[in-house]
Amino acid sequence: MQLKARVRRRMAEINAGTGSLERKSGCNALRIALKDATGMAEKIIEFEGVSFSYGSHHVLKGASFSVEKGDFVGMIGPNGSGKTTLVKLALGLIKPDSGAIRLFGTDIRDFSDWSKVGYVPQKATNFDQNFPASVFEVACMGRVAKAGMTKQLSGKDREAVEKALDFVGMSALKNSRIGDLSGGQQQRVFIARALAAEPELLILDEPTVGVDQKAQHDFYVLLGKLNKQGMTLVLISHDIGVVAKNASKIACVNVEVTMHDAKKGIDNALVCAYGSDLGRVPHHHDH
Amino acid sequence: MLEILEYSFMQRALLGGVLIAVLCSAVGLFLVLRRMALLGDGLAHISFGGIAAGMFFGVYPLLSALVFSVASAIGIQKLKQMKVYSDSAIAIFFSFGLALGVVLISLSRGFNTDLMSYLFGSVLSVSEGDIALIFGVGIATLAALALFYKELFYITFDEDAARASGLPVEKLNTMLLVLTAIAVVLSMRVVGILLVSSLIVIPASIALPLCRSFRQALLASIAISVASVIAGLFLAYYFDLAAGGAIVLVLAAAFVAMLAYKKISAKN
Repeated sequence: MQLKARVRRRMAEINAGTGSLERKSGCNALRIALKDATGMAEKIIEFEGVSFSYGSHHVLKGASFSVEKGDFVGMIGPNGSGKTTLVKLALGLIKPDSGAIRLFGTDIRDFSDWSKVGYVPQKATNFDQNFPASVFEVACMGRVAKAGMTKQLSGKDREAVEKALDFVGMSALKNSRIGDLSGGQQQRVFIARALAAEPELLILDEPTVGVDQKAQHDFYVLLGKLNKQGMTLVLISHDIGVVAKNASKIACVNVEVTMHDAKKGIDNALVCAYGSDLGRVPHHHDH
Repeated sequence: MLEILEYSFMQRALLGGVLIAVLCSAVGLFLVLRRMALLGDGLAHISFGGIAAGMFFGVYPLLSALVFSVASAIGIQKLKQMKVYSDSAIAIFFSFGLALGVVLISLSRGFNTDLMSYLFGSVLSVSEGDIALIFGVGIATLAALALFYKELFYITFDEDAARASGLPVEKLNTMLLVLTAIAVVLSMRVVGILLVSSLIVIPASIALPLCRSFRQALLASIAISVASVIAGLFLAYYFDLAAGGAIVLVLAAAFVAMLAYKKISAKN
């Protein structure tokens, strides 16, 4: 009885548009209401038996996993294990050979609300350092798709950009040329670009390559802050220590995908991703 | 009033010249930053075939060149999508256009002089019909650039991220090629087929090392281009020079001046 009442209350909230997760479809609304009421977290990314190959080379085979709202998933795996392919699939940039992918509960083929997904590409800082773009202009790119084709950025868009730059601590340098900044500062601007769209999910592909230790530390503090605010994060990294320290879940990618709870230690995850004859060298991160 | 402005042919040349200066430099900034600087040159050679076809079949040559050039721009983009390298795709259409032009010239021996005015530009022969076409199509092209400015800027800076954000990157790339094709054809009356790419490449190359933002670079490219076209036309009038060549020499001098300025300011 109590459950029924909670579902009914949540449905009423959604119908009145007061809920934070309002959806147009009544069916979706019911599903969300049920999840909220039963305490099940909303699934942000779902892979079901996803396979992908380049020619005869199988990159992913029957990958099934899900990322739930508020997760901070660290994705590890050896080079060529399919991490970047997995991200491309999740972003709809490539199509799976078989299997189903859902974003925010919607089949990716029907998904159109891309402003919910923020993306910081691999080697984002590997752009033409002479490109004449100011920090503000780069961050504004995050609002381009959200503002709509042919529309100028509105005052609200600019406000969101200012807020994102402020969040990453780059407001003071907003008129600087992006190429004049350090690698760590540029990385912050690319995070701001992704945040400017006010996404619910942020996917970062090897974001700290070429960034110094101090900047890396600040960067992970920033991610922790975002995660605490409720943002779902997926971080691809080759730095297992950092993933173990910061993420709440670890996804091991090696043709298949297995999820591990980061709090329960990373040994299982390591064996799964890299094989059982893995030697462990203890080392301490200062950060 | 200055003597130069009393002649209607110079008025037409200045009016058309300023508009194509704005158009070519704006398109050019995107192309130069995308390492596609030679696309303008390629499309100009392609449209040579269109000019020759127009003359051969008795159609208004700028119109046939426009159709030819835009169709080739779409063709180049299709070849790229079929995994043909971008520079190879341009070279394939480039040689096809030239070959078609040469064959049509050999079939008809009557229009060689006219053709020369398209190759090197001829301000004397810019007609009122040409100006009407340059303004009509030119303003529409500028409007398209202004409308899609933020999208084109995004794909120029980071195509992957733009695609991931849901932008139709392939369509926007095709649009940029089509706008370039139009800019090239509209410019050939004033600067000529062989010199068009200078209006596309040099203003952006001068502006890029001096500017901190994209907006600044765009405005600077346009200003440099317009000033050079006006200066070139004045020089051509007062010293009796070929207008297209004079414009390009002014642009080249401005480029050298920028290099000298950079060198001096780096020393201080």
